[in-house]
Amino acid sequence: MSGIEQRLHLHDSDTAPGDERADGREVAEGLLGYVVGLVLAAVLTAMAFFIAGTSLVWQPSIPIALFVLAIAQMGVHLVFFLHITTGPDNVNNVLALAFGVLIVFLLIVGSLWIMSHLNHNMIPMDQMMQMQR
Amino acid sequence: MSAAQESIGPAAWPEHAARGPASKRIIVGYGFWIFLLSDIIMFSAFFATYAVLSGETAGGPAGKDLFHLHTVAIETACLLLSSFTCGIASIGARAYNALMYYGNKALTALFGAGFLALEIREFASMVAQGAGPTRSAFLSAFFTLVGCHGLHVTLGLMWLLTMMAQVFAKGFRADILRRILCFALFWHTLDIIWVGIFTVVYLMGVAP
Repeated sequence: MSGIEQRLHLHDSDTAPGDERADGREVAEGLLGYVVGLVLAAVLTAMAFFIAGTSLVWQPSIPIALFVLAIAQMGVHLVFFLHITTGPDNVNNVLALAFGVLIVFLLIVGSLWIMSHLNHNMIPMDQMMQMQR
Repeated sequence: MSAAQESIGPAAWPEHAARGPASKRIIVGYGFWIFLLSDIIMFSAFFATYAVLSGETAGGPAGKDLFHLHTVAIETACLLLSSFTCGIASIGARAYNALMYYGNKALTALFGAGFLALEIREFASMVAQGAGPTRSAFLSAFFTLVGCHGLHVTLGLMWLLTMMAQVFAKGFRADILRRILCFALFWHTLDIIWVGIFTVVYLMGVAP
């Protein structure tokens, strides 16, 4: 039996890696991951609520800061809560996520772009009312 | 076996392929993740609608006049803590620890119900002020987006109680554990969507 065959038949029982009962070490590691995620998410949320109401920063920068904090927090949730990582088991999940992000980006930015152009080219509403009379 | 055949055999496969077919847990998680991404894309359409219509108040109240950031902060804390306890419950399930599982799932349900109660109270007070979904395009888009998230949380709560009952009736079986995994993915995704809502709708609606 070659080394390859041994590797292929390593898990011939029904339990695959990660399916067997978690031991104490795995529990501790898992808890630590969620605690780190909770702390990071709480800090980012607190910063967002603080920045939205403060007059300490240059006002036009607030929406951009809020966007950056929101995207950072979504990243924290994906990594620490949903466990979307760069591991070999996760390649499909990451690719699906990348495609989803592309669609979301096209949908939101495309809608805003097209609608702002339409708005720009439209006759003002009061003028339109006069023409219909 | 020639050298050419050897190079296309298992030895040439990347590490993850050489381990054989992926476990059912990974395949189920992947399939559910595809569903969640389609749900996120649906929400992104509601976000786009809201962003386009957020200024169209038709002379009615704007976000600044209606939103209370204190309520939103408590709602956010509820949902974040429920996401955390949901994660701890998943660890409890994987360790077959019934107390850790039921206790944290119950906390998840409690925080989720708290979030929902605050949201319903907020909606009711808006409708009572005459700022219901029929008042303006802004409010139609607001109630659609935030209400759709609230509906997801409601359905999630029902699913959560079902999962507690299933573990009670059937124990920590492999198929039940996969359902718990799917529920956890669903609940964490709702929290991600809430991050978008509190940023785009509430904080940007109130910020100068």
